[in-house]
Amino acid sequence: MAITYTSGEQVEVYRFSIPTTIVVPLAAVFVQAWVPTRLHFFAIFDLPLLVTIFFAISRRNQVAGLLTGAAIGLLQDALTSQPIGLYGISKTVVGYGASSLGIKLDVDNAVARFLLTLFFYIIHLIVYVGVARYLVTLNMAWSWQRELASAFANALLGVVIYALLDRLKQRA
Amino acid sequence: METVLGRYRNLIVLAAVLFVQILGLAVQVRRSTENDSSRLIRVWAVGAVSPFEKALVWVQTSVGNVWHNYFYLRGIRAENRELKLEIERMRIEQVRMSQDADQARRLQALLAFKEQFISQTMAAQVIGSSGSEQSRSIYIDKGEKQGIKPDMAVITADGVVGKVLRVYHSTSQVLLIDDQSSGVGAILERSRLQGILRGTPAGEVVLEKVMSDEAVPTGERVLTSGGDRIFPKGLPIGTVTRVSPGSELFLNIRVKPTSDLSKLEEVLVVTKIDDRQATPDQVGPVRASDILAERLPSVPPKPAENAAGTTGAVTPKKNPDGTTPATEATTVKPGTASPSNPGAMNAATAPHKPAWPPPNAGLKAETKPKTVPANATGTSPSAGQVKPAVTTQSGTAVKVSDEPPRPAVQPKPQPPAQDSPQ
Repeated sequence: MAITYTSGEQVEVYRFSIPTTIVVPLAAVFVQAWVPTRLHFFAIFDLPLLVTIFFAISRRNQVAGLLTGAAIGLLQDALTSQPIGLYGISKTVVGYGASSLGIKLDVDNAVARFLLTLFFYIIHLIVYVGVARYLVTLNMAWSWQRELASAFANALLGVVIYALLDRLKQRA
Repeated sequence: METVLGRYRNLIVLAAVLFVQILGLAVQVRRSTENDSSRLIRVWAVGAVSPFEKALVWVQTSVGNVWHNYFYLRGIRAENRELKLEIERMRIEQVRMSQDADQARRLQALLAFKEQFISQTMAAQVIGSSGSEQSRSIYIDKGEKQGIKPDMAVITADGVVGKVLRVYHSTSQVLLIDDQSSGVGAILERSRLQGILRGTPAGEVVLEKVMSDEAVPTGERVLTSGGDRIFPKGLPIGTVTRVSPGSELFLNIRVKPTSDLSKLEEVLVVTKIDDRQATPDQVGPVRASDILAERLPSVPPKPAENAAGTTGAVTPKKNPDGTTPATEATTVKPGTASPSNPGAMNAATAPHKPAWPPPNAGLKAETKPKTVPANATGTSPSAGQVKPAVTTQSGTAVKVSDEPPRPAVQPKPQPPAQDSPQ
């Protein structure tokens, strides 16, 4: 039997209340903007990305996933000094990809979530750098070691954040 | 057709959303006035996030104030004693420095200098950042409502921070000097070589456009040159940390900013700069350094780096009675009133103070016995040129005064009794 996003027998599909849908992404962007002013190392994390991935894999709906990613990304873009759309495009792709993968895989255990976050962090980075370099012609600093360290750090944080956000899920 | 649309519905939506965003990017990149094309989204985003940031900063500040003002008073006596000693040192130093400043002012008047003074600043609190390592900017809690405008300089007591990039109703975005899109006209303090200070994608700061055949020692201070018409001349930016051959004919000069850009809490926005010609009988106008010392009351006192006998480099501590060291020092010189209201920053109306010493380490006063004629450097004192409020030098080759050139006031410990070797 083919697994689709409607096949609730094999994969659970979740939904979220409207306040959760609005407040959680806003809170993620807010924390991302505020905490680095006090704890500079926090800038290596990308909380809006983690929230995008979480919503995408929980809803298992590609359109919802990409729209959530686009909205969060654009909000994040609006706070930077760069053109709007860099994070928007990369998070749109991640939202679509994560929800597509969420349809086919069980991503409710910690190891799967860790690997998924690691994978999508790198995808996000590649799309972001690609758009920044080739569409906006921005110079980007690139260090494999640093980016891999960031990817692992985000994946670890993701596992914790997803466990917290699981409490807000409602079965569809 | 319907089947195809239904089958590829998700992909079509993805393509449409991506297309719209790419189109938006293209519009922003094409237009030089990018601010306008995306302003609405930015206003919404900042409006959604900044109230929470302000509230959190307010709570944090309140709790911090209660703690520091009521509970954490340990060691206050010792600190008070140290501050009194420091004031004494500064008084002695001020007498000598004010003489230097007077002499410099006379020379400036003879040469028809036009000086550029920071005449008005506004203290602002950092409430947030861009949240991205690719975009190095911060948000402050002052905006259009308070009179902030784009391209105003943002500084701290330590040095230059950046410039105002976008202004919202009660918030502003400040582009830091380590952002790759920033640029500051800079000059090396001793060699007087000029260049452009830029941020790199990795968040470092480099001085560009200095020819590779020039000798630039590490440790040399980098100041604003005033050439960008944003930052007044002579504000400290950083220190040269590494010099290496760069691409083409230029050196690759790495600079460490004097301000810790990752730990900014309070900043000063320079809201007004005055150009004015010096007159011989003019008592010193308000100096940038004085303003900085007065307007940063909540900057935590730094450890006394040059505590014993250091000349010209004093940490911007406030006296226990609430006055600043600069205010205290004015009692030394007759005829110079101390500002009764440190908040009034307008140089035209504020009571004048002796110019030196700048009461903070960032804008330390260094009088140098340079024998190079003032016109020989790249900063020839022609009319209309800006003159830094903080780099006044005495003892230049233009010998108009009867006084012999004064020796350098070195930033190293000196016993107070030997403050005037000649």
